[in-house]
Amino acid sequence: MIPTPDLTHLRPEDYEHVYEPAEDTFILLDALEQDAEQLTSLKPSISLEIGSGSGCVSTFLASITGSSALLYLCTDINSHACKCSAATGRQNKVSLELVNASLAHPLLARLHKSVDIILFNPPYVPTVRDEASGAQNDRDIGGSWAGGQDGMQITDRFFSQVADLLSPRGRFYLVAVAQNNIPDIQRRMRENYALESKIVLQRRAGREHLSVILFTRSH
Amino acid sequence: MVRLITHNLLACHVKGCTSNNFPLEFKDVQVVLRESEFNPDFLRGFIPKLEWPALVGAARELGDTSLPDQLPEMLDDDFLKALHHVLLEIHVEEGIMICPNCKHNYPVSNGIPNMLLAEHEIG
Repeated sequence: MIPTPDLTHLRPEDYEHVYEPAEDTFILLDALEQDAEQLTSLKPSISLEIGSGSGCVSTFLASITGSSALLYLCTDINSHACKCSAATGRQNKVSLELVNASLAHPLLARLHKSVDIILFNPPYVPTVRDEASGAQNDRDIGGSWAGGQDGMQITDRFFSQVADLLSPRGRFYLVAVAQNNIPDIQRRMRENYALESKIVLQRRAGREHLSVILFTRSH
Repeated sequence: MVRLITHNLLACHVKGCTSNNFPLEFKDVQVVLRESEFNPDFLRGFIPKLEWPALVGAARELGDTSLPDQLPEMLDDDFLKALHHVLLEIHVEEGIMICPNCKHNYPVSNGIPNMLLAEHEIG
């Protein structure tokens, strides 16, 4: 049992601007813990978390793979979240490399097929279309959950980047809910990007049916 | 944090800025040195991902001249320790990173680079 990262340095004021870890965070931690052996045997060099928020997930990954064993890149569009992620790393003696950016845009030119572990707990809650883009532009807590139509508006934008970034043996973990239409996600990723997938963990949390989907390149 | 390992992975992504957009040039930087755990296996695995001339240039911009112009064939301990220091222990805390092509300024504040673009700059 790997302990959840120490988040005691984060204050209620932080959680006014940054998503507080909840069931959707914890299912991703559990999926990573379940895959600990595969993650370690991958001998990864680079991980990349999109929308790292509190920094809980990448910090947890580092407790599996070793704090000096890889470069833990994190992006977030919200500058408060970047500060919280970096602080969570420090609190747990992990160097998280924060980049205040939308998705992986400034990294795409240099990280072609180079990222071994990609993590994304996206804004997956279905909302009206404009709400997702508006929330991203606000660069605050709303951007952590408002997902637009089917809750897939932001996630869909990232999919084309995943295909570019993922290393040949790389693993991409995505959190999704039933309303995102998971079979359709899996079909599109296979047809558009030749990425195979399986659901590695599923659970019900309140009204949400949460899943963690793992994508890999087909060989 | 903007350590040189991350600087070596960031390129300008302004709409239409697709050549000579890397590496970003430092200006008015404040640097802090922090020790970190030496992991030679990590370094050996990471070397193929580095743009070597960009790393050497950035290190020299920040006053560190320990790296050779050419990546050596023998990766001995002295070299790996110098590389470790340059990649992982030099932190740019404040300053600006400037695109050599379009001159877009990316500020660094509290060690975090702001790579966000305005709506009209996004490709």
